[in-house]
Amino acid sequence: MGKLQAVTGNQAVAEAMRQINPDVCAAYPITPSTDIMQRFSQFVADGKVDTELVTVESEHSAMSACIGAVAAGGRVMNATSSQGLALMWEMLHIAAGDRLPIVLALVNRALSAPLNIHGDHSDGMGARDCGWIQLYSENGQEAYDNTIQAVRIAEHEDVRLPAMVCQDGFIISHSIESMEYLDDKVVKDFVGQFKPTHPLLDIDNPVTYGPLVLPDYYMEFKVAQDRAIMNAKKVTLDVAKEFEKISGRSYGLFEDYKLDGAEIVLVVLNSAAGTAKDVIDEYRSKGIKAGLLKPRLFRPFPSAEVAETLKDAKAIAVLDRADSYGGFGPLYMEIAAAMMTNGSKPTLINKIYGLGGRDFFPENAAATLDELKEIAETGKVKNHKEYIGYRG
Amino acid sequence: MSLKLKELSKKEELLTGGHRMCAGCGAPTIVRQILAASEKPLVAANATGCLEVSTSIFPYTAWKIPWMHSAFENAAATISGIEAMYKSLKRQGKLDREMKFIAFGGDGGTYDIGFQSLSGAMERGHDIVYVCYDNGAYMNTGIQRSSATPLGANTTTSPAGSVIPGKTQARKNLTKIMVAHNIPYVAQASPSNWRDLMSKARKAINVDGPAFLNVIAPCNRGWRTPTNNAIELCKLAIDSCYWPIYEYENGKLTVNYKPKEKIPVVEFLKGQGRFKHLFSPENEGILKQIQADVDREWDSLLKEESFHESDKS
Repeated sequence: MGKLQAVTGNQAVAEAMRQINPDVCAAYPITPSTDIMQRFSQFVADGKVDTELVTVESEHSAMSACIGAVAAGGRVMNATSSQGLALMWEMLHIAAGDRLPIVLALVNRALSAPLNIHGDHSDGMGARDCGWIQLYSENGQEAYDNTIQAVRIAEHEDVRLPAMVCQDGFIISHSIESMEYLDDKVVKDFVGQFKPTHPLLDIDNPVTYGPLVLPDYYMEFKVAQDRAIMNAKKVTLDVAKEFEKISGRSYGLFEDYKLDGAEIVLVVLNSAAGTAKDVIDEYRSKGIKAGLLKPRLFRPFPSAEVAETLKDAKAIAVLDRADSYGGFGPLYMEIAAAMMTNGSKPTLINKIYGLGGRDFFPENAAATLDELKEIAETGKVKNHKEYIGYRG
Repeated sequence: MSLKLKELSKKEELLTGGHRMCAGCGAPTIVRQILAASEKPLVAANATGCLEVSTSIFPYTAWKIPWMHSAFENAAATISGIEAMYKSLKRQGKLDREMKFIAFGGDGGTYDIGFQSLSGAMERGHDIVYVCYDNGAYMNTGIQRSSATPLGANTTTSPAGSVIPGKTQARKNLTKIMVAHNIPYVAQASPSNWRDLMSKARKAINVDGPAFLNVIAPCNRGWRTPTNNAIELCKLAIDSCYWPIYEYENGKLTVNYKPKEKIPVVEFLKGQGRFKHLFSPENEGILKQIQADVDREWDSLLKEESFHESDKS
């Protein structure tokens, strides 16, 4: 096993990238992900990686250069946040539509306006429909582990799709935690060599990438894309099993935290899950049947598996760190769709929290659990969607 | 290999016939001349536009070289990424073939929406050639004005109306802006002077570092001209000095063609429907302005060239 470190989330992801040693990376600064590519640039400057660094003039060009580079036939990585991801949006669809396995570290940050540099999930959720695999990470260790696994998932022959690994801006990206790095050789062997399919640089076998596809074929492309991303579910589990062997850390499609016999449940992504788990422990110790589900793979969303796990719950609060103004939060919509498809109907409520990096406190989790307890007992819901932790 | 027609005619066409560019379009002629000029295998990126949509309608492709289209504004960034991967794999010993990298974009994809990514790629010094086929408007979407559209031209977003007589602004001089990037090779060319264009393409491809070619590309749909005179229009453009052909090699200017007798710019304008309204008496001032702009640019080029010549001695 590797060595214990005290590092930030960004440092951990930069370290994973050094160990993965991609052939090409693009770099463009944006808070709070800047630190990743800046550390990586130092690795390039010090000859610690073989990477060709393309220091682009915008995130749009960053993703465009990544698309060209991976189609050329090698391994490609990049990092961004917030407005950077928003500027890439056009190219995110193209990376997925062209079936190009890029791995992107997304350090989640709120979208402007008003301008805000702190962590929420509005950037990642805004890219929900771009065709990328999305893995969410509670802490630096998970961000590191997910980055290494994402390479294998994205490049798998049944998938061949880009993947983004998400961690909370500042809360995780800039906080020092204790975690464990794997040895360089272990990571190198785990990710293996990039296997190009139809590389542009194979000049003896010229290929055309990015053709015009009209109504006679477009839908077949899109259905194939959905099948490919659905394959990522099984691949994610297979890769996690292998990863457990080298790391001792086990990963699934989501984390089931004390869900056994749970009547009231919190569903929450990323760092807030860590805070909420302490409160779940407290409630369990009082004999209250509370549990937590923390999605890891958000795209493809493991609907059937989540619904099966939650089917016996009486009341569920889905906590979203992003909003869909005028609708429910994005995570809530997934859970609601999953439960409806499954035919089980626990009462669902949606809490929007932590926008623009607003702290999520144990009291917020406790108040939500108390409300769920009341709903489970009375069956009455005051508000299906509510903002928490804000001044009225 | 010299640029002899007999030898060139034996070369394989790398942009095959059967694509769906309009009859009489200048762009495919330019692309074929450039591809034929290269002595090295090429990998291409293409901005969204007429050339891209008409040559890659799935399940067919007209390209016999590796080719990638990803979006409108990013051909330069896309080819940067491809070139970076080549460099990386070559350095790591994972690839040993020699090849060169080229991007094609229209004036909309180059002067306007792709301007930033073009500037970035040139500043970073990638070993790439960027070719703009300049037909002076967004022709693929139906003739909207771009910053390459000439003063006075009637386009669908700068229509000649009863109050406004077509485009009210002059063209942007993109070639000079590329010169200001201090890259090793920048040239302006025309498919009418094929030997000049092909030798420039060859220089651009062979040079170590970024190169930019700006090539005039008549569009009969947008210029409102017949389908059989694209090359003649190019000749009028260069004989009137509306489209001077010149090159900057490591910053040194050579004007490659000096007409024996510089014809008035109206000779170039008058056969084109997009300028028809300028020949009404009330628009005489615009014609004068166009001529004055052409004269000023031409004089300035000649002065600059003689300055470079005297500087050498």
